Amino acid sequence: MSLHEKLRGGGRGSDTRKTVTFGDAAEVKGSPGWSVVSLLGLVGIWWFIKQGSEPMVNDRTFPSLRQTWDALVELVDRGYRRVGLWDHTWASLWRVLKGLLYGVVVGVPVGFAMGLSNRLRGIFDPIVELLRPVPPLALLPLFIVWFGIGEGSKVNLLFFAAVWIMVIAARAGVLGVQRSKVHAAYSLGANRWQILRYVILPNALPDIFTGMRVALGVCWGTLVAAELTGTTTGLGAMIFAASKFFRMDIVVVSIIIIGVIGVAMDLIMRFLERRLIPWRGRG
Amino acid sequence: MKDLSVDGLGMVYELPKGGSVQALHEVSFDLEAGRLLTLLGPSGCGKTTLLNIVAGFLAPTSGSVTLGGDPITGPGQERGMVFQQGALFEWQTVAQNVAFGPRMNRKGKSETHDLVQDLLSTVGLQGFGDKAVYELSGGMQQRVALARCLANDPEVILMDEPLGALDALTREKMQGLILKLWQETGKTIVLVTHSVEEALYLGDRLFVMAPRPGRIEREYELPFAQQGLHVDPREMKASPEFIQKREELLSLIWEMEEQIMGHEGGTP
Repeated sequence: MSLHEKLRGGGRGSDTRKTVTFGDAAEVKGSPGWSVVSLLGLVGIWWFIKQGSEPMVNDRTFPSLRQTWDALVELVDRGYRRVGLWDHTWASLWRVLKGLLYGVVVGVPVGFAMGLSNRLRGIFDPIVELLRPVPPLALLPLFIVWFGIGEGSKVNLLFFAAVWIMVIAARAGVLGVQRSKVHAAYSLGANRWQILRYVILPNALPDIFTGMRVALGVCWGTLVAAELTGTTTGLGAMIFAASKFFRMDIVVVSIIIIGVIGVAMDLIMRFLERRLIPWRGRG
Repeated sequence: MKDLSVDGLGMVYELPKGGSVQALHEVSFDLEAGRLLTLLGPSGCGKTTLLNIVAGFLAPTSGSVTLGGDPITGPGQERGMVFQQGALFEWQTVAQNVAFGPRMNRKGKSETHDLVQDLLSTVGLQGFGDKAVYELSGGMQQRVALARCLANDPEVILMDEPLGALDALTREKMQGLILKLWQETGKTIVLVTHSVEEALYLGDRLFVMAPRPGRIEREYELPFAQQGLHVDPREMKASPEFIQKREELLSLIWEMEEQIMGHEGGTP
């Protein structure tokens, strides 16, 4: 296989006998080779702008690769402000997971209620529609007053970021159930509770899972901003503290960790999705 | 065994923009237990509405349906249902789908397991129990739907164009399976179809329905379903009696379609 073919991602079952591939969605599967090239390219640009005794970008604006690597080693070794790097990361992750969990626990039943009852749909509709577009950070001042400057306001903020997404996802899952499936279940002797448990819930799981993936991303994005005040732990707090001392190397390391964890969480969710709901889209 | 009795059934749909459609008007018939009734007619003749009322998914605006003297007011497991497609639970395996009814009734596990294995071999799916339903072809999925329906041992099986989504060859095989199940189980079956040939071949009784208002236009008592299992289906469908009936029904339905077109002022 030539380098060119490797870069095209050839040999992965693409039908080379097709004469029309432009516009054929099935033929666009991405190309891992080019993704590696793209990553290397980014690093290359980073290296290039820091070359020479008078680099294009000075150290106050952006650290060099070397400085960033050293910062990472230092952080792994000694942590930041007497808190280990792993503890900072875990503090952030734990807040996100808690916020997401509460969002699922509250959002899914509300979404189900909205998909199953006219009255409950009527009651929840204005609440959901009014609060859904509000950026979570706009509520931070209120939440700090209500839940304190510490963990309470942060987790509640993340809950707020997640819950509307889960409500909408669960409602979509309920509304997406084919009527013939519900009818079939009734004809097989199922009662209302059994319809909910054995037909509507499994039918809504793919949508709920998609909601969780989206909510996880949004929470992760909200988190860093939420950590800018009132805490000394977490990747967001690290960025904010480091920026005060112009430690751009630490800021960049934090950004990279946030990005990598974001990608890792999505990969884990996709893995779980394939394992737990293999029937997605096969109805 | 319970007889199905339909008496003075009427169904009026209110249209959202005002006005109404008479989907069924004064439909009455008795169906003795163990008969196979096919419902045939152009779209809008109310055959699916009729089936849904018998299933208990729709309440008629007038008249009543009783099974063995008991009025039908909602869905119930003495009336099993087979849909055109998509009514299987794709999150369950084939065996779990078939076991759904007994499970809802909290039947014992080993008893249900044996029943499921029995039914799977009855419909020709032995060894497929652990497959996911989406791994099966359309014809095999309908076999699962039939087995699932039989698992509750219903009095009546209602089929809403059960073979409508299948290719011609699979369809013919499945017609044979339906006849076999009917003769072996002695169940009452009501089957809605668009296909004249299917209605003739499977129907031990046949109603041709007409639209505006939806009603039974003509009734037939047919010999083909009774002979069906002993004669080669192609041979039967090529026999003069079959062809004669087929042409008669086709011209009847054709006439109705023409009237509908005229009614709508749709002459090109």
